[in-house]
Amino acid sequence: MKYVEDFRDGRIARQIAAQIAAEVQADRQYRLMEFCGGHTHAIFRYGVKDLLPPNVRMIHGPGCPVCVLPIGRLDMAIELAKRPGVTLCTYGDMLRVPGSRRQSLLKARAEGADVRMVASTLDALQLARANPEKHVVFFAIGFETTTPPTAVALKLARAERLENFSVFCNHVLTPAAITNILEAPEIRAMEAVEIDGFLGPAHVSVVIGAQPYEFFAEEFAKPVVIAGFEPLDVMQSILMLVRQINEGRAEVENQYIRAVTRHGNETAKALVAEVFELARNFEWRGLGDVPYSAFRIRDAYADYDAERRFGLSQGRAQENKACDCPKILRGAAIPTDCKLFGKQCTPQTPLGSCMVSDEGACAAYYKYGRRAAAPRMEAAE
Amino acid sequence: MCHAVPAKVTAVMEGEMAQVDLSGARKTVSTALVGPVAVGDYLLVHVGYALGRVDPDEAAETLRLLEEIGANT
Ligand code: SF4
Repeated sequence: MKYVEDFRDGRIARQIAAQIAAEVQADRQYRLMEFCGGHTHAIFRYGVKDLLPPNVRMIHGPGCPVCVLPIGRLDMAIELAKRPGVTLCTYGDMLRVPGSRRQSLLKARAEGADVRMVASTLDALQLARANPEKHVVFFAIGFETTTPPTAVALKLARAERLENFSVFCNHVLTPAAITNILEAPEIRAMEAVEIDGFLGPAHVSVVIGAQPYEFFAEEFAKPVVIAGFEPLDVMQSILMLVRQINEGRAEVENQYIRAVTRHGNETAKALVAEVFELARNFEWRGLGDVPYSAFRIRDAYADYDAERRFGLSQGRAQENKACDCPKILRGAAIPTDCKLFGKQCTPQTPLGSCMVSDEGACAAYYKYGRRAAAPRMEAAE
Repeated sequence: MCHAVPAKVTAVMEGEMAQVDLSGARKTVSTALVGPVAVGDYLLVHVGYALGRVDPDEAAETLRLLEEIGANT
């Protein structure tokens, strides 16, 4: 596919790696956080990690929407799915995430709940139109990339007066989470994760643009490079970060110019603003409560808000205490630190959310962590 | 979950929809979030929606830069 293979050339990757090696200063550490699970996945799948000098270290961030959803919210979805007359639909990865007491949506389905996997919010709407006797709830999760599609669905549902459709909203915001990682005193006190620069989100930034990161590049004096998800994008972005760090700059730079502009997708942003407003607070797995870090459905769409419609409230969740996901999500541990990793917990038998999605750090380590590097770029697709 | 993929528009359809070629597979996606599209445009497609566009000039510029870094080493 055009714009895919072009950015997976192993020869160029090795040349950029040589350039990075030539430019890093030996007495310096370059601790770079890739916020997005998409980058984590690329770094492992294409062996980017193995091409970097030892003092350039990638720290995996919390940018995997499946991984950061707190168990309490998942429990609410499972409870909702079990109600008679409800069809609960969501994106694939969510089905296998373990909730409290080892429940999951998949298990609820095996026990008779009507749980469906959908590839798009348009499919969820179609389910509602085709099944007027059921109430279809779309369990909405994700960052700024999946929020606009949910907004479109809510607008269509209201325009059509589709009464048997609602959304359980769990959409979260990237810049708020990055700010939280940088400033939360309790996280810093708990385990200090020093970060020298960020790889900024690719497709989230397609929607919100480069501008929202300017605040914390300035405020926290950390360089940010918005990076595409292909391996050469990642390599080039790392080189750009190394240069900023060497030169003492802390700016927002955009490597992914073929898709990201300063202000992003105005149509999408306007739609989102019309349907959603900021929630005062939202709990993230691993980060805890993060103020103004999620969306809630506006009052004008209250009839389509599953939380209000079904009077849902968050109960007490039970974390699997042996699972290190919360630490991994804030960059304070790596998957192999977890006692369950690769033993009881594998992608087939996930005990924590980080092992479910391809973008989760545990799944990425498990699938690609043990294989050899750069030739994979040519080999892949 | 946040991974959108480049896809080429092969036909423009009614109701803000378009048919795209997604690595060989034919898919119908919503263009409600990107506005009018034309056959041959490259879109970034995610969960059934075009989220943005791929700018061919900027893509070429990035590839040129990558080659240049390579040539220096
Ligand atoms: S290996 Fe499994 S149990 Fe351990 S941190 Fe990862 S997801 Fe949690």
